[in-house]
Amino acid sequence: MTTLTALCTVTAVGVLIIILGYIALQGIGSINLRFLVESPKPVGEGGGIGNAILGTLVLLGLSSAIGLPFGIGVGVYLSEFGAGRFGSIVRFLVDTLTGIPSIVTGVFVYTIVVVPLKHFSALAGGVALALIMVPIIARTTEEMLKLVPHSLREGALALGAPQWRMTLGVVIPAAASGIATGAMLAIARISGETAPLLFTAFGSRFFSYYLDQPIASLTVQIYNYAISPYDEWHAQAWAATLVLMTLILSINIAVRLLTRKKF
Amino acid sequence: MTAPKITTRVVVPERENESPSLADDAAKIDVRNLNFYYGKTQALHNVSIEIPERIVMAFIGPSGCGKSTFLRTLNRMNDVIPGTRVDGEVLMDERDIYAPGTDVVELRRKVGMVFQKSNPFPKSIFDNVAYGLRINRLTSSKAELEQRVEQALKDAALWNEVKDRLKLSALSLSGGQQQRLCIARALAIRPEVVLMDEPASALDPVATHKIEELIVELKKEYTIVIVTHNMQQAARVSDTTAFFLLGKVIEVNPTERMFTNPDEKLTEDYITGRFG
Repeated sequence: MTTLTALCTVTAVGVLIIILGYIALQGIGSINLRFLVESPKPVGEGGGIGNAILGTLVLLGLSSAIGLPFGIGVGVYLSEFGAGRFGSIVRFLVDTLTGIPSIVTGVFVYTIVVVPLKHFSALAGGVALALIMVPIIARTTEEMLKLVPHSLREGALALGAPQWRMTLGVVIPAAASGIATGAMLAIARISGETAPLLFTAFGSRFFSYYLDQPIASLTVQIYNYAISPYDEWHAQAWAATLVLMTLILSINIAVRLLTRKKF
Repeated sequence: MTAPKITTRVVVPERENESPSLADDAAKIDVRNLNFYYGKTQALHNVSIEIPERIVMAFIGPSGCGKSTFLRTLNRMNDVIPGTRVDGEVLMDERDIYAPGTDVVELRRKVGMVFQKSNPFPKSIFDNVAYGLRINRLTSSKAELEQRVEQALKDAALWNEVKDRLKLSALSLSGGQQQRLCIARALAIRPEVVLMDEPASALDPVATHKIEELIVELKKEYTIVIVTHNMQQAARVSDTTAFFLLGKVIEVNPTERMFTNPDEKLTEDYITGRFG
């Protein structure tokens, strides 16, 4: 039994290490400061992914700004007030939402944001990514809040706390590191999304931080370079992949440090 | 009638004339014909009890007899359990706390509660005690807040042990200290009544002794209602004891009488360990 489970573990971790190692090996050669800060140039002239890094950060910030409050709000509702029939319906819908293919989310946001505004935009990309975040955050938040012992809630109520104060002042702080972990996982998940951005943020070869304009992102840039016929762009795609993975890893580490249990 | 063996251990503190005489004062809490239901199961049957001011009243009885349920009706803590229903009257200072329009938050501010398992918030020691003061806006300045926290910790006989580490997590305290912290937290908002649901059942003898001493001390200012499984404890700390069985109150009498010469055969059987 031990051998079998150990074998599974070694295989899974081994594959991960091989993937990471291969990306690092392929990508490291093209990475230098200019690659990280410049915008793309025509084939043969070098160029970089600075605009895509900025674009990804803008998109992550935008989608977090929309998705975190909504996701946490839904999670708090489900955990604290969602005991009834309506609650279970919401829970079922949220689970269904988690399973929607991200390309469908992209097409949906195309029709409700891109078409009315008449062009691709960072805003549309942020909305699409936020839609993917909300159900993930909602369910992890709910699970984390439910882990808060009932005795803590009773303790707060017995001191004369109304329910909303108990939730805000005792229950949510007690679950804060769990909620943050859920949020972190959701952010890590969407930073790797390509499909929902193709129809929304679209991509761009220039630096942009305007929310109503198309914006570049690492994933779309990687996609475009990877399907191009040029070796130089292939190498840049590997490098961009390495940058993306490093970015996700840093988000993970940063949140972990910030939410280290104080009490 | 043969007195049970336990009488040798009964120590009922002599009551001095510090408490208001019962003749011209109504009871602090007056429960009349209270019935309580969990869904279709009736947990309390026609309970009527008067609890005078500034005494310690103990509820004893076997597990599942309804004593904790009854305790929790006194600050409407059962309200948070779905599917429960109450009828009858619980008068506190002659006002029915189940009357429509009762401010439950206000009620719970007046009726503090200490739970069986200590439940400090995952916050600092100071913030735990300050919680009730803050949410009820009972202090107007930081100095006053600090003073009230200090006083509450002193009242709970915990100040000397924690005064140098108020900023540390409450979870770093020992079990007995955590329970006294919860008592301090309840006392900080200066309730009129303190409900204690088996406050020492999870503690070692030394910590239990401290809590019991504290209860006797607190009686000077508070009305205390304590649920306990430990009959020696009831005998040591309480003035009046009520015996519950199967959701009914069998007997309410001064503790000394209850443990030496109870009115009811059932009480005697329970106290002498013939069942339960």
